[in-house]
Amino acid sequence: MNLSGGLIRSSLARKYWMALTGLFLCSFLVVHLIGNLPLLTGNKEMFNSYAHFMTTFPLIKIVSYLLYISILLHSVDGLLLARSNKAARETRYVKYNGKANASWSSRNMAILGTLTLVFLIIHMKSFWYEMHFGNIPTYMSGDGDELKDLYSITVAAFQQPWYAVFYVISMMGLGFHLWHGVSSSFQTLGINHAKYTPIIEMLGKAFSVIISIAFASIPVYLLLS
Amino acid sequence: MSKLNANIPEGSLAEKWTKHKSKIPLVSPANKRQIDIIVVGTGLAGSSAAASLAELGYNVKAFCFQDSPRRAHSIAAQGGINAAKNYQNDGDSTFRLFYDTIKGGDYRSREANVHRLAEVSASIIDQCVAQGVPFAREYGGLLDNRSFGGVQVSRTFYAKGQTGQQLLLGAYSALSRQVAKGRVELLSRHEMVELVVVNGKARGIIARNLVTGELERHSAHAVLLCTGGYGNVFYLSTNAMGSNVTAAWKAHRKGAYMANPCFTQIHPTCIPVSGDSQSKLTLMSESLRNDGRIWVPKKAEDALAIREGRLKPTDLSEENRDYYLERRYPAFGNLVPRDVASRAAKERCDAGYGINKTGEAVYLDFSSAIERFGSEAAHVKGIKNPNENQIKKLGERIVESKYGNLFQMYEKITAQNPYKMPMMIYPAVHYTMGGIWVDYNLMTTVPGLFALGEANFSDHGANRLGASALMQGLADGYFVAPYTVGTYLSQDITTGKIPTDSAEFDEAEATARNRMNGFLNSKGNTPVEIFHRDLGKIMWSQCGMARNEEGLKKAIADIRILRDKFYSDVKVLGKIGEMNPELDKAGRVADFLELGELMCMDALAREESCGGHFREEFQSKEGEAVRKDDEFAFVAAWEFAESDPGKSKLHKEELSFENVELNTRSYK
Amino acid sequence: MNFTINVWRQNGPKEKGGIATYKVSNISDDMSFLEMIDVLNEQLIIQDIDPVVFDHDCREGICGMCSMFINGEAHGPGRGVTTCQLHMREFKDGDTITIEPFRAKAFPVIKDLMVDRGSFDRIIQAGGYVSVNTSGNLPDANATPIEKQDADAAFDSATCIGCGACVATCKNASAMLFTSAKVSQLSLLPQGKIEASERVMNMVKQMDLEGFGNCTNTGACEVECPKGISIENIARMNREYLSASITSK
Repeated sequence: MNLSGGLIRSSLARKYWMALTGLFLCSFLVVHLIGNLPLLTGNKEMFNSYAHFMTTFPLIKIVSYLLYISILLHSVDGLLLARSNKAARETRYVKYNGKANASWSSRNMAILGTLTLVFLIIHMKSFWYEMHFGNIPTYMSGDGDELKDLYSITVAAFQQPWYAVFYVISMMGLGFHLWHGVSSSFQTLGINHAKYTPIIEMLGKAFSVIISIAFASIPVYLLLS
Repeated sequence: MSKLNANIPEGSLAEKWTKHKSKIPLVSPANKRQIDIIVVGTGLAGSSAAASLAELGYNVKAFCFQDSPRRAHSIAAQGGINAAKNYQNDGDSTFRLFYDTIKGGDYRSREANVHRLAEVSASIIDQCVAQGVPFAREYGGLLDNRSFGGVQVSRTFYAKGQTGQQLLLGAYSALSRQVAKGRVELLSRHEMVELVVVNGKARGIIARNLVTGELERHSAHAVLLCTGGYGNVFYLSTNAMGSNVTAAWKAHRKGAYMANPCFTQIHPTCIPVSGDSQSKLTLMSESLRNDGRIWVPKKAEDALAIREGRLKPTDLSEENRDYYLERRYPAFGNLVPRDVASRAAKERCDAGYGINKTGEAVYLDFSSAIERFGSEAAHVKGIKNPNENQIKKLGERIVESKYGNLFQMYEKITAQNPYKMPMMIYPAVHYTMGGIWVDYNLMTTVPGLFALGEANFSDHGANRLGASALMQGLADGYFVAPYTVGTYLSQDITTGKIPTDSAEFDEAEATARNRMNGFLNSKGNTPVEIFHRDLGKIMWSQCGMARNEEGLKKAIADIRILRDKFYSDVKVLGKIGEMNPELDKAGRVADFLELGELMCMDALAREESCGGHFREEFQSKEGEAVRKDDEFAFVAAWEFAESDPGKSKLHKEELSFENVELNTRSYK
Repeated sequence: MNFTINVWRQNGPKEKGGIATYKVSNISDDMSFLEMIDVLNEQLIIQDIDPVVFDHDCREGICGMCSMFINGEAHGPGRGVTTCQLHMREFKDGDTITIEPFRAKAFPVIKDLMVDRGSFDRIIQAGGYVSVNTSGNLPDANATPIEKQDADAAFDSATCIGCGACVATCKNASAMLFTSAKVSQLSLLPQGKIEASERVMNMVKQMDLEGFGNCTNTGACEVECPKGISIENIARMNREYLSASITSK
């Protein structure tokens, strides 16, 4: 198999990996959002059990490594692409009317992606790192499991206004990233059809709006309550 | 006189080419590798010839002045390509295509060449389809055809209004394949500025690298000129801005005769001139005449009212319109040949019925086609008693599918919607039937120098039928030259590489350099463009759609004055050894200034009216052309003499017609 | 009409360029953009200033030679037009118009507004053809019927004029629209299917070698394309390339 040219080193290969990892990360967003919904209902028990399950169940562990690799690949590949794309035009235009022919989000994927990456690092430091390696107080659940109380830590974090604002802004960035990114992945993977592409585009946009508003609503809700 | 041997093979008309092919000497594959060929121009003829010769194994150098071979002006041909396939079962045949072409050319072309063209036409379509040219197809998956002017069958293959583009891209892809294989060396942004003749044979060219300005020497065993036509001598034409006669003219000055230079095709359906700074004219495909009807107002006062903007064409009722082509030529109607349609438009406009501000435009109206298509579509869709709006909408959609890109182009240029308002059109210079004289093998009077496509004179006589230029370009390049050039080269297998340091190359380069220095040193005050525009005005008014003795004599005198003024007053900035488009343009205009005179001389010498050449002195009472077969059934081949186009010598190649009867062309 | 023209002047590929400002007057709204440049150049010659070098030829929107980046857009503000088909009626009297060459690493500037698009030729040379020699003995043109839908789609892809507006417009200077149009045309037709895998692999490889950027699906190319070539072609090429990469040996 012609791996080096076809599926690894060519410009198209880099795009396929962007699309595949991107779509995989989208699926994670859905799972992550469902797990976080108890934060909105104040269900401490359910949230902490979910967090416990996610850090200990073996199958999830395997998936989580896939997730880390995807994040890494999506970020590194994205930054490399941005760099080579910049190099493809050595002299910039004096006047460039980008808005005349392409959406704002499609023209700023690298910046939006970088913003999302910065958010992700801070987000993981605050919760993922603490959950895995930090000292989170534990307690015994009704079922008799020893649970780390991530719920209280999360609620406390979001009650700091600057932190909540940072989250909301980051979710807006993520939203714009997905606004273009979701349907774009389908195009990259060669899925374009006069009949179905408009539907894919609509669903992609709906997805980006729902995901970003839903995630942003958590810190806002916790801050206000 | 002795030089003009057309080398027509013996035998009956239908057998000539087959017999000739089977008898000609061949060059073995090993020897082909020792032989170099230069192809100048990369349009349909050039690209196809270069690709085919390279496939055979010759070393080919292909030159074009554009940045890529794909941009040659063949790309702009719109309507289609003829071929005697008889897919429509409407009675077409090789003979009928041959006959239509001879008749359409008003009996001024060579029978044997035209028959060969008709013979190979079917292979062209097979070749192009195999290359992936996306011709229009019917729902059953088979190729579609349409009809063109001057014929009563549907034999035209097409790809919407971009047939030339698709065919050229097919030939360009074949050429690109050979470039990738290293069989063709591509020299784009290069212009031939001199022909090199060694011991009486064409052995190379001097080319100017248009990027660096350098004069380069290229040698070869044969040189093929595929450089297109010279319609730009009229300044305003449908040709591309860069189309020029320079390569052909340099060959002419080195001994290649120019044949029938006055035979110019004025295309009836072009967008009318709008202003003084206009740089070119845009053609609207002849295919539009399949469905569009041409008319002017019946009453001169209506025409005046339209010109002054007081009346709209859509306000005029049917009985106040004069569908003059349908009136004058009921058998062919709007599909008469181009020369006839053009002259009829000029006649109406001269009589005061023109309908735009300048009084030089007629209508091309699609309203009845829209209605007809609309009713048919409504019937197919099962709409009972459709209203007028429904019919219009359905009809417009069908017209759009057939001519959409042409309508769009019209709207972009004129800012008028041709679906609602009839188009305005007027004739414009489009194609030159005349060109370098060639024999049956497409060789010029200079041994080793060949001319293909529009650059030669051979197949279209005094008027070319629509969709035949593409056919001829590809026939010459794919199916004729590869055989006939080989015949010539079979004598050259032991010659070896042609050196470029000979005295002949020195001299040719010096001639080119001196000429360019002349332009740069003239220190005049007038930009090149102005001279070109002035020449165009003289040519269009005296040597255009109608010509007469007095006007032609005046034109010759005026051109000579203009030419003198050009050499003393032209202003070209910059140097030779750098990119200098103005210098390139000066060289081209200088050659047009000589060609223009020769065209007028040719028109003056041909005391008859035939095809695109209409001498006002020779017309019937009804204003139809009067041909004089007993005196002028010959090809006028001009030899350049004494460094002055005015001293050119006329040679005659008598045309013999053994297979068709010379009739007065009638499209009534 | 009168205009102020800011135009990129650059003497050679290696020299430093910059914007020069000129005034043109007495421009009629029927004039094409290139005719306006003609007027400017005639004026410059009379003033002993080197005329602005620009590519142009057919002036009817089909040769693909003209290549100006006007007010931040390839071929200017019009849609479905090349620069030669852009008319001055699209501008307002007194406007300032900025004209630059098409910019990409793979389109080096030769002089002023003229760029070298040889990279496009080399992409075609890498495989943009059907490998068939000239022959008078090919199968009859009607021997293989082709579904009208496919023939029409192939035609639509084949209408590319190779002007490079897609590259010039793309924020990444990507040549995906150009390359995919040729890949699509030939892969849609039975004649081209035979060597489709090899073709797409080779053409993409050449495209990468030339230094074009990557496609990030902004869709700007199809908006600016004078022939309205759709990014559906890019998706088709992505598909073809993916399957060719997986199945090729």
